[in-house]
Amino acid sequence: MTERDNVTFSEKYKHEIADILSRYPVKRSALIPLLYVAQRDQGYVTESTMQEIAHLLKLTPPQVYETVTFYTMFNLKPVGKFHIQVCKSLMCALVGSDTVVEWIKAKLGISSGESTSDGLFSLSLVECLAACGTGPMMQINDDYYEQLTEDKLDRILADLRSTGTSPLKSGPFMWPEPVAVNGES
Amino acid sequence: MPKHELILLKNMMQPGYTGSLKDYEKTGGYQALRNTLGKIAPPDVTAMVRNSGLRGRGGAGFPTGVKWGFLPKDYQGPRYLCCNADESEPGTFKDRQLMERDPHQVLEGIVLACYAIGAETAYIYIRGEMVLGSKILEQAIGEARAAGYIGKNILGTGINVDVWVHRGAGAYICGEETALLESLEGKRGLPRIKPPFPATHGLYNKPTVVNNVETLANLPHIINRGADWFAAIGSPPKSTGTRVFCVSGHVKRPGNYEVPMGVTVRELVYEHAGGMRSDKPIKAFIPGGASAPFLTPTHLDVKLDFEHVAAAGSMLGSGGVTVMEEGTSMVWAALRLMEFFYHESCGKCTPCREGSSWLVQTLRRILAKRGRMEDLETLSDLCKNIAGRTVCAFGDAEVAPIQSTLHHWRQEYVDLINEAEAANLIRLEPVGRP
Repeated sequence: MTERDNVTFSEKYKHEIADILSRYPVKRSALIPLLYVAQRDQGYVTESTMQEIAHLLKLTPPQVYETVTFYTMFNLKPVGKFHIQVCKSLMCALVGSDTVVEWIKAKLGISSGESTSDGLFSLSLVECLAACGTGPMMQINDDYYEQLTEDKLDRILADLRSTGTSPLKSGPFMWPEPVAVNGES
Repeated sequence: MPKHELILLKNMMQPGYTGSLKDYEKTGGYQALRNTLGKIAPPDVTAMVRNSGLRGRGGAGFPTGVKWGFLPKDYQGPRYLCCNADESEPGTFKDRQLMERDPHQVLEGIVLACYAIGAETAYIYIRGEMVLGSKILEQAIGEARAAGYIGKNILGTGINVDVWVHRGAGAYICGEETALLESLEGKRGLPRIKPPFPATHGLYNKPTVVNNVETLANLPHIINRGADWFAAIGSPPKSTGTRVFCVSGHVKRPGNYEVPMGVTVRELVYEHAGGMRSDKPIKAFIPGGASAPFLTPTHLDVKLDFEHVAAAGSMLGSGGVTVMEEGTSMVWAALRLMEFFYHESCGKCTPCREGSSWLVQTLRRILAKRGRMEDLETLSDLCKNIAGRTVCAFGDAEVAPIQSTLHHWRQEYVDLINEAEAANLIRLEPVGRP
């Protein structure tokens, strides 16, 4: 995330934008990919960037806005540096996601939809993230954290505070992990 | 060793398998591509897939070869393949594993499908949250492009297939194929009215096939080992091959288990997933993701294939098997799923948009012990007026948890309402003037 400087979005990401546009025969298809670039740049999608993207794709600003507002992953206002999203769907709830939410609320002193006063953490409750076998789980920014326990949660939050990342994030997913000899007969 | 032969998970079950191009090639990867492109005529590939009996693994279970056959034969313009990797059905987490652990298996399937249908461009529509998955796929595409398996003039055959990863942005409905196409066109993900079907009017109004990740991953194996081999696996003639079942909920070892179609839920839960976590009996399970109606322990010996699960009153859907132990409140479970559907309703059709909110409010009231007997009538009535009255199958899906729990566990609803009435929590004034 960088501060917005005087360079416009289209100048700053000229090559990336050209690369994205080259993938689609119709310009509008590049809308969601470009919105991701904008969000990566500033942490959320600003009105001026939406106007710029509309101009780039030869759309009207409302056409961009109607798309942005349909999808939950675009933030239209700033969120914390670490955006915690806890899955609350049935499969995670069966294995304790409500408890995880209570832990996070108590530890950070925020409710769903709020950010800590230092701007470090935001909490959202979200629907299924396709990690039902390894719940309870949460996503923080781009990373998944699965099979959460209170101890694991403490370590993740401490890691994020001190280094900005945590080794407890999920790698390429496979569960159960392969074993040399399978115990079942 | 696993009891059944693994097909899709075989490579990744080998300890140390990284999913790199090198690893994949060592297991015979891209052999199907070498043996097919320019050597087997595209209609013959389609015939092979049709004869294998392969059916879509995303939820609807439509025969893949038949779907391909719907593309217009004489159309000269561009055609598209979309790989549906928008895995969002609660209870389902197989595509994530297939993409992140063995991406080339999926890519080989994509190129084979493109060859069969005559598409030169494929988009992998992956759900936005799976950032790692999209990076792994992009890296794999880079490797495959450098090795000549993807791009222009593949392996010198003159065939071109370009594959691009396109991330969604957090909308369950985009797993519905026409909503996926709308989303890929940069619009709101609202399902289209069908017909026309994507086979003739798909992406950019061009002939398009949308196939699930797991469906495509099966293709190299069908080509390598033949349609007859595949057609003999599982529960022929209508449910052939294996399924990667995703087991979640109150079991000891949740996770992805690949078994031939037709194994029983009992085998899946007790042999593969290690049984129930606290050895309590099973109270309920969902056999095919959140959209599939709940079943009861009397259905434990139902074979997990398309026909038997449908005959039992549910659907095999996406293969997400969620198991709940004795003591789980079914009203609560129905509410949790209903909250999901309420959140994910795209808003296009009135019955679904308004009905989902009404259903959630009614269930919340019952669960908070503020319900009344006529709420049960309201629930049934709403469900009847949503199912079949929407543009896409979402309407049928969202009423499944309520209709099935009301059917099997009506007493739980009644008990909660009785408690409410006993506690005198409801003070309803009679309608009209005395």
